[in-house]
Amino acid sequence: MTHGLALEVEGLVKRFGGLTALDGVSFAVPEGSITGLIGPNGAGKSTAFATIAGFHKADGGRVRLRGRDITGAAPWALHAAGLARTFQIPRLFGRLSVAENLMVGAPPQPGEKLPAPWFARGRVAREEAALRARAMAVLERLNLARHADAPATALSGGQKKLVELGRALMSGATVILLDEPAAGVNRTLLREIAATIARLNAEDGITFLLIEHDLDLVAELCQPVHCMAEGRVIASGTMAEVRADPTVAEAYLGMAIEAT
Amino acid sequence: MENALLYAVTLLTLAGIYAALTLGLNLQWGLTGLMNFGALGFVAVGAYTSALLTATPAPGAAHLVGPGWPWWAAWPLAAVAGALLALPIGAISLRLRADYLAIATIGIAEIVRLFVRNEDWLTGGPLGVSGIPRPFEGLGQPWGPVAYLLLVAAVVALLYAMAEATAKSPFGRTLRAIRDDEEAAKAVGRNPASFRLQAFVLGAACMGLAGAMLAHFFKFMGPDALDPITATFLVWVMLIAGGSGNNRGAILGAVAIWAIWAATDWIAGQLPGELATRAAYLRLFLIGLALNLILLYRPQGLIGERLPGAR
Repeated sequence: MTHGLALEVEGLVKRFGGLTALDGVSFAVPEGSITGLIGPNGAGKSTAFATIAGFHKADGGRVRLRGRDITGAAPWALHAAGLARTFQIPRLFGRLSVAENLMVGAPPQPGEKLPAPWFARGRVAREEAALRARAMAVLERLNLARHADAPATALSGGQKKLVELGRALMSGATVILLDEPAAGVNRTLLREIAATIARLNAEDGITFLLIEHDLDLVAELCQPVHCMAEGRVIASGTMAEVRADPTVAEAYLGMAIEAT
Repeated sequence: MENALLYAVTLLTLAGIYAALTLGLNLQWGLTGLMNFGALGFVAVGAYTSALLTATPAPGAAHLVGPGWPWWAAWPLAAVAGALLALPIGAISLRLRADYLAIATIGIAEIVRLFVRNEDWLTGGPLGVSGIPRPFEGLGQPWGPVAYLLLVAAVVALLYAMAEATAKSPFGRTLRAIRDDEEAAKAVGRNPASFRLQAFVLGAACMGLAGAMLAHFFKFMGPDALDPITATFLVWVMLIAGGSGNNRGAILGAVAIWAIWAATDWIAGQLPGELATRAAYLRLFLIGLALNLILLYRPQGLIGERLPGAR
């Protein structure tokens, strides 16, 4: 395993009118790591995600993907470069089946370019069959294969989170940003999601950056952990180190973080 | 007997032309979620393009005298004209929020309407363009109109095949994904503006072609031959009634609503003078009422989009 940095965020600034959501955010995601991003509500974690992934235009600062400056790149360009993201509240394509949701997650297909759908139907059909097989293999890994042809809206909240993860996997991404993979998920499925993330990290070498409020899960999975508050990173290190940091406790409204 | 046949042929020909229009709107709204409230503009551009390229003008006609091409050379260019009008509108407004396209298309349709009414040198102004040849006219009655109906049906079949191939392809899947959730589509690496533009232009090309078929059926095109009620509003009713997102629904809706529209026109015509005028407005009211009832009780239309799990 290399010990370079998959993602470097340096002095990232994002303002919405008079509100400064990101006030010079800096942190790094080591290659091959599962890095955690924690912090109280409104700390700017999701804004940081959206800005890194190209959904918001940064007002300052730099983002590098494996040393390459990607600041201001469009989401689709970053997706092609191997950076995928999920959403805090799952955003699936409601009128598509679960398998179709994953198939859209693959890199742009030749059959998506006109006029191939009209004049090269045989070739497009073969590519589609291969793509569907790939989607089924991913669903198999996520234990969702039996829902392949169900509408995406029929799934539970936790399953939708898994489908979003599957969609990100289809892109062949090597860095995946997960926004609260455990929020609103029942205990059983939570264990399954945690195990899946760990397995994808260990077996496929995918680097993860995840936002999470379930600090036990962060302690279990993530190293390093960065804590944000009021648009800045206020502490970094192992979960134990971050936990011990007095500024972190203060940031969580002065309340001590529950001990595990 | 022959009158009844001619009436049926006329009805079906117009229904077929509307089916081409509705298929175009289905590509835009049903598949991609684009609100085009200016179908009239694209129909008009296609109609005038084909009219000016083919018409043998009456002596003293004000409009630009064209090359007098045969219909089959002009129709593809009518589709291209519809597409060319859509290109700049789409390129500007499809980057913005969805409702901006609706506003932009209403505006463009009005601009096109005023343009054809006022630019006499090109369009003949209020006098319009006459002498547009109708294909197969030489076959006489009733075979000429029947042959034209078959031509319209063939064009609709071709557009249907194209629309189906589009909808079922990976391209169509991406359009549906963008329609369902734009942010998620960006997250999976698609540029929504680029896909939307393609769908918008493709739909506009269908509308331009429908305009050409309309002009050659009327053998005349003028500013009063098109009005937003039939060229825009009725097409939306057809698509929603038939089932947006379903190409067969689009065709069925076009035929069913056009049959109702034509039947009520006939009924209104049987009424005495004063009542007949009022009936014209009542007809519009009834179509509006029908639209509301459909949206309330059967929002998916007669045959709605095929959704997963409903096999």
